[in-house]
Amino acid sequence: MDAPRTLVDKIWDQHVIADLGDGVDLLHVDRHLLHDLSGARALAEVRDKGHKVHSPQLTISTPDHTISTATGRREDSTENSRKLATLLRTQSDVHGIAHFPVGDPRQGIVHVVGPELGFTLPGCLLVCGDSHTSTHGALGALAWGIGSSEVVHVLATQTVRQRRPKRMRINVNGNLGPGVTAKDLILHIIGRLGVDAGTGYAVEYAGNTITGLSIEERMTICNLSIEFGARMGLIAPDATTLAYLQGKAFAPKAADWDAATAAWAELATDPDAVFDHEEQINAADIAPQITWGTSPEHTVAIDQKIPALAQIVDPIKRSLAEAALSYQGLSAGSSIAGTPVDWVFVGSCTNGRLSDLEAAAEIAKGRQVAKGVTARIVPGSMAVKKAAEEKGLDRIFTAAGFEWREPGCAQCVSTNGEYVPPGARCVSTSNRNFVGRQGPGARTHLASPAMAAAAAIAGHITDSRKI
Amino acid sequence: MEKLQQIDGVAAPLMRANIDTDIITPGKRIATTEREKMGEIAFEPLRFNDDGSENPDFVLNQDRYRDAQVLITGPNFGCGSSRETAVWALRGLGIRCVIGESFGDIFYNNCFQNSVLPVRLSAEEIAELATEVGPDRNNLSVQIDVAAKTITAPSGRVMHFELAPDRQQALLQGLDDIAQTLQHAEAIAKFQANDRTSRSWIHATPWQSNPSAEA
Repeated sequence: MDAPRTLVDKIWDQHVIADLGDGVDLLHVDRHLLHDLSGARALAEVRDKGHKVHSPQLTISTPDHTISTATGRREDSTENSRKLATLLRTQSDVHGIAHFPVGDPRQGIVHVVGPELGFTLPGCLLVCGDSHTSTHGALGALAWGIGSSEVVHVLATQTVRQRRPKRMRINVNGNLGPGVTAKDLILHIIGRLGVDAGTGYAVEYAGNTITGLSIEERMTICNLSIEFGARMGLIAPDATTLAYLQGKAFAPKAADWDAATAAWAELATDPDAVFDHEEQINAADIAPQITWGTSPEHTVAIDQKIPALAQIVDPIKRSLAEAALSYQGLSAGSSIAGTPVDWVFVGSCTNGRLSDLEAAAEIAKGRQVAKGVTARIVPGSMAVKKAAEEKGLDRIFTAAGFEWREPGCAQCVSTNGEYVPPGARCVSTSNRNFVGRQGPGARTHLASPAMAAAAAIAGHITDSRKI
Repeated sequence: MEKLQQIDGVAAPLMRANIDTDIITPGKRIATTEREKMGEIAFEPLRFNDDGSENPDFVLNQDRYRDAQVLITGPNFGCGSSRETAVWALRGLGIRCVIGESFGDIFYNNCFQNSVLPVRLSAEEIAELATEVGPDRNNLSVQIDVAAKTITAPSGRVMHFELAPDRQQALLQGLDDIAQTLQHAEAIAKFQANDRTSRSWIHATPWQSNPSAEA
């Protein structure tokens, strides 16, 4: 009888082409996503090095990082997109890669587009030159972010050379309280485990809280895996996964669907499989979370105080917290609630999907953005934007004083020239509160869409459950 | 790839935790900065003041460390974004080795694509090494031998580090990953041929028949 295996090992084993020795395997890449920031140059490098793209049919490309999200934007609306989004399109054409340009109904953030088109599938091995590629693990794919040299390697060979990661399982059980979201759960996990707890691991999320989440909520969980160091985060496919995928544009059809679903039924960790590390999380304990510092582990429940420095034992972490508070203009030991905000950003591959916009709209409906606050809603894709408009969310947002924009990464990463101004404080549904992430000197507080919308309405950080 | 066998150079201590790749190469800069010029923007938020002048407190702005080839860092160096620009920026500064307690996984991997050696040591060893090249010391040079997997501190103390054999050989010989993988071209073709039968749904690619539809 075969030894019991984890979900990660089952998918891994199925993709091994060759054992390269020293624990390294050559793995087949089933799905590859290219975006303008890392993909455009990589395609040009393939050409310059005299290689050809091995399997262009297994790759799709779309611009997201460098493009403008302003109404009426074009491919060449920003200095960076004029160069990189255009290069991505022209090079995709040269290499025979399907491309969804600005203006195409399928354009969007790669990690929103892949799942919603059914390009991402359970059990597939998917890579992309972006650290948030773990998002696709929500469908039971083994997905991780790679560097741009590796992108060139994947294009030239349709493989990756990779060491098998250690396995971690995070078991989450219990009911999330009313108004507590997947974003709060994963921020809580990052805060509890620490920013590098997942380094070297592939993380499987399991337990009845996880199986009770929608696919979009699961994407938020898997997306933030890298923020505690795990390159890969995934959830076993189940009936929710199949219901999500069936009928998607690129999902398997007819006999392929039947064969695929039969194979996917095997994609669960065996009962006796052993993990290198396991964690238990009680969902009922969690309140809405918000970050106070410049690392995703600097997170606190909305009804709690920013930690006192004396509470932080590790001297390196303490000095980092001190520097973070200085950058953020906050004081150790003070309440996070009540802190005035200047900006609110709802969007990104973390929280830019329809259900995220619905959560924000529920708070925004019939209310007004506080005076002096700039609040932006950036749908994750053209499809999200269209679906939201069909539900009238755009009108709820604009009536409340939010800007309703075009799809892209925007202020999550600010490589498109859209910045939060220096010194301004932004509650953001994105994934990183790093120094300068949203623009030089910008101060970021990560939170859920409901918390972000509540901050926009109140003009300060506040508990979205009490709006 | 360029070979990396030995380093004999100044080591600079940058003892801060969680130096992410946004600090090493800020998002505002990476799209338009050429690979060869990435060193100019390296560590911008730490290295420069708001007016563009050098921050004299930043270690690599101090004359004694300006030509450092080795960086000693706090834990979780290179966490965050997958951007390989971070490693290009280090190379641009002349740094060929980063010594730390831990690294972001993607950054760690990216180093080997660019002939940069990331070395993991214990917190104690790092603290000792950082002290040996501290601001009150005169001899700041360390010797690193990739073949022997050793670091010789200014005091003459030798520290050993772990390095996977394939990574070690890639550095020593300057191996090219793509060329190595293409030696398995037949195995790749065979895998795909079998896979078209066993996982037909992976190879049905409807997006190919409908490229770039107009909105």
